Amino acid sequence: MIVETLVVAAALFAVGLVGVLTRRNALILFMCVELMLNAVNLTFVAMSRLHGGTLGQAFVVFVMTVAAAESAVGLAIVIAVFRHFGTVDLDRISLLRG
Amino acid sequence: MDAIGQFVFYFFALVALASALLFVTRKGPVAAALWLVSTMFAIAGLYILLDAQFVGAVQVLVYAGAIIVVFLFVVMLLNLGEGDAAADVRRAVPRVVGGLVGVGILAEVLVLLRGVAPNGRPSELLLDPSAPARATGDVNVVAPVARALFTDYLVAFEVTSLLLLASVVGAVVLAKRRSAA
Repeated sequence: MIVETLVVAAALFAVGLVGVLTRRNALILFMCVELMLNAVNLTFVAMSRLHGGTLGQAFVVFVMTVAAAESAVGLAIVIAVFRHFGTVDLDRISLLRG
Repeated sequence: MDAIGQFVFYFFALVALASALLFVTRKGPVAAALWLVSTMFAIAGLYILLDAQFVGAVQVLVYAGAIIVVFLFVVMLLNLGEGDAAADVRRAVPRVVGGLVGVGILAEVLVLLRGVAPNGRPSELLLDPSAPARATGDVNVVAPVARALFTDYLVAFEVTSLLLLASVVGAVVLAKRRSAA
């Protein structure tokens, strides 16, 4: 079952990657990154189960914390960008300067 | 693993994969976020099947309960409810390239997995013989995680709280409306 879980995690990661590459909405891009982080977390837990330990679960807690911080700051940036440019389409946001 | 466990595992795995595919292909951000919630719940079920009950509960609380809700708040705040399909998904060539990259990454990871699990069984090299075999039905699932977090990784744990504080302050500063620019 652990090997099947690793396969599922790999497939979820690939789906998230395809989403990052094919979408232009900044919000959906963020959600795809969250999906990829979740796939990595699933791999952590499955590997830690394979080893018979629980250390991987501790790392998952760290990854989740960093993901929460990332989404908070990232969404704040999306809000600021939307106020400035009036869109979250990444192809129209190509200037660093205002 | 008994038959019911197998069935539950494949159920959650299929729900996770199907929801992830639907999530990536939805046009509007709200529908995508709701399918992502479904994916998160299925992944939480997989965690629990892997004897990681604490992580499963945290997954539901943090991801489905907090992060996706924040995403939905931002969607409503920016009034992005209806996705512009033509503008959102990229044109044909980047889409095909993205799909090919995804298939390539998946194939690569699966090839790497064959080293972990030849013949579909976990390699003996990966199994730590000194690790105690975990009894199924072990109810004390939080203590080992907490012990690792509060002893060996205490510094990283405390730094994490600093990171959260910095991100909260940063998010407030970034999203604040400039009053007198």
